[in-house]
Amino acid sequence: MTERLLSCSEAFAEALHEEMKRDDTVFIIGEDLRAHDGIFGQFKGLPSKYPERVIDTPISETCLVGAGLGAALTGMRPLVDLHFADFFTTAMDEIANQAAKIRYMFGGQARIPLVIWAPDGGGLSAAAHHSQCLEAWFVHTPGLKVVAPSEPADVKGLIKSAIREDNPVIFFQHKKLFAQKGPVPKEEYLIPLGKGDIKRKGRDITIITYSRMTYFALEAAKQLALKGIEVEVIDIRTLKPLDFEMIAESVKKTYHALVVHEACLTGGFGAEIAARIGEELFDDLDAPVTRIGAKDVPIPFSPLLENYVLPQVSDIVRGIKKVLNLG
Amino acid sequence: MNQAKLGKTDMLNLFKKMLLVRAFEEKAGELFQQNLIPGFIHLSIGQEASSVGTCSVIRPNDYVASTHRGHGHMIAKGADPKRMFAEILGKSTGYCKGKGGSMHIADFSLGFLGANGVVGGGFPIAVGAGLSIKLRRTDQIAIVFFGDGAANRGTFHEALNMAAIWKLPVIFVCENNQYASTTSISYSLAGGSIAGRACAYGIPGYTANGNDVLEVREIVGRAVLRARSGEGPSIVENKTYRYRGHFEGDPQKYRSPQEIDGFKKEQDPIAVFEIRLKTAKVLTDSAAKKMRKDVAQIIEDAVHYAREAPLPQPEDAMEDLFVNP
Ligand SMILES: Cc1ncc(C[n+]2csc(CCOP(=O)(O)OP(=O)(O)O)c2C)c(N)n1
Ligand SMILES: [Mg+2]
Repeated sequence: MTERLLSCSEAFAEALHEEMKRDDTVFIIGEDLRAHDGIFGQFKGLPSKYPERVIDTPISETCLVGAGLGAALTGMRPLVDLHFADFFTTAMDEIANQAAKIRYMFGGQARIPLVIWAPDGGGLSAAAHHSQCLEAWFVHTPGLKVVAPSEPADVKGLIKSAIREDNPVIFFQHKKLFAQKGPVPKEEYLIPLGKGDIKRKGRDITIITYSRMTYFALEAAKQLALKGIEVEVIDIRTLKPLDFEMIAESVKKTYHALVVHEACLTGGFGAEIAARIGEELFDDLDAPVTRIGAKDVPIPFSPLLENYVLPQVSDIVRGIKKVLNLG
Repeated sequence: MNQAKLGKTDMLNLFKKMLLVRAFEEKAGELFQQNLIPGFIHLSIGQEASSVGTCSVIRPNDYVASTHRGHGHMIAKGADPKRMFAEILGKSTGYCKGKGGSMHIADFSLGFLGANGVVGGGFPIAVGAGLSIKLRRTDQIAIVFFGDGAANRGTFHEALNMAAIWKLPVIFVCENNQYASTTSISYSLAGGSIAGRACAYGIPGYTANGNDVLEVREIVGRAVLRARSGEGPSIVENKTYRYRGHFEGDPQKYRSPQEIDGFKKEQDPIAVFEIRLKTAKVLTDSAAKKMRKDVAQIIEDAVHYAREAPLPQPEDAMEDLFVNP
């Protein structure tokens, strides 16, 4: 396979070009999409290419998310752009009570090919209303699939699968990774939802992570490799459905597990993963599963405060040492 | 509340406040250019008549709920530019100890219930303030500033309805600067008028030339009188324009530089008022010059204070979540 280096945003836009060409029921709806190809430039070239299928809305998230759902129920395949994941709050009924439940409640009558695309994450001094990682809300809601990739190639393969899904998918992309480059195959490909990826092989401890923290975990692994500690890094990529098989296989080999995410610790998705490892792999563990997440406060503005609240590479290094009992 | 009732000093104070807002915003833009302000900022240059005119007809103990473009509202309500700059530079002596920044600046001691990072987040809060005023039987009022874009949020309509049925002392002050980020009102605003939406709720909807501080005063003044006398809410739509991008660094492909220049040349709220004051012989050239110098000094002192101010300690991040732990 030939590859080239693309940023996450470029890979995302390429995927959308391919999917919109392939299927003319695919359309994009959200705020401020057309003037600047999306507020992060994420829809490069699409508004001019598809004047009728890239639709600007007023500032009306409740309705634009709900309208995405209505269109999905009636033959279209919308990608709803949410501007910032923080604005999920303004359309929670449409997502949690409507999109997530309609198929089940109505006895399996409906198909809901709806993707809600939500840029999330901190690290930009954007403060409490523009920095959150809210994935735990959605994994706690049966009826939604949840994706949060890290690498450009994963972004591309997963968004293509998400668009072809007949179920509602919440697709997070970390704002700090938009410019992150990585190799992306030139040929067309899909990555199925529900499959993790081992980003680094190791025998001593398994880190289970996703989104931006994958890069942080890889950096921590690099640092510890110098000391002879071999860390395996699993990017689960999809939170729901979860590739627990991959996690289990790895933990059975390393006997140690550390779960890392940027979202705040309490009630985070790390708790779910840790609980499952505890329940299903207790006999394989040499130490308690440990979690790393942000501190339990809103994201503060001042960079010093924000860095203190968000997990850093050094926290992951410390976490690994703790699990391995290296003092 | 008309011009005739305004004394010379009041007029000059209004003018000076407008100069102060502009100087603050221009300096904030400069500091942002120099990478001294983390995150992103939204400036209100061009909209000074709306913030200053509105806040000039309310009392210190009245409430204001603001927006992401809130620096002008804060200053107009009487905030200290020192602590404002300290906040947007992320310092511990800032209004919110560096936790809020530009988009979350507030001074509750001034009845300023906060800037807001979520468009349309202020409407229900203002309704709650209005309800509380009614329950506490005070004669305060609550102002909620909002943009043309925010008028398309459901919260706007829910808030209007509730404020109207309970005749709450809430004034919905729209700063219609014609754009919501990249989106023009010609595209997004059904019916073409925000004040016009009042009619559905049976309340007054006033439209003001939002670049004329005296007209803003007069019209908001009418709504204030109504609210204070228990007659209920109003919408005031101040038609204005923002000179800068939606945020600093906005590529602004959605409008032409000529459009911006046209507004600057013909409708600049400060220039318009200055000419009027001079024609009425309330302000002389030399007095205006001195005023600008004074304002520049206030801003310079404020920036100096903010730059020298201590950074927060990292562990401070864990404080202020709850009243008690
Ligand atoms: C609920 C919500 N949706 C979208 C945004 C992103 N956003 C921030 S400001 C803005 C435009 C607001 O326009 P307007 O209300 O006219 O205020 P202006 O910026 O012109 O002062 C948008 C879309 C947001 N902050 N909150
Ligand atoms: Mg606007």
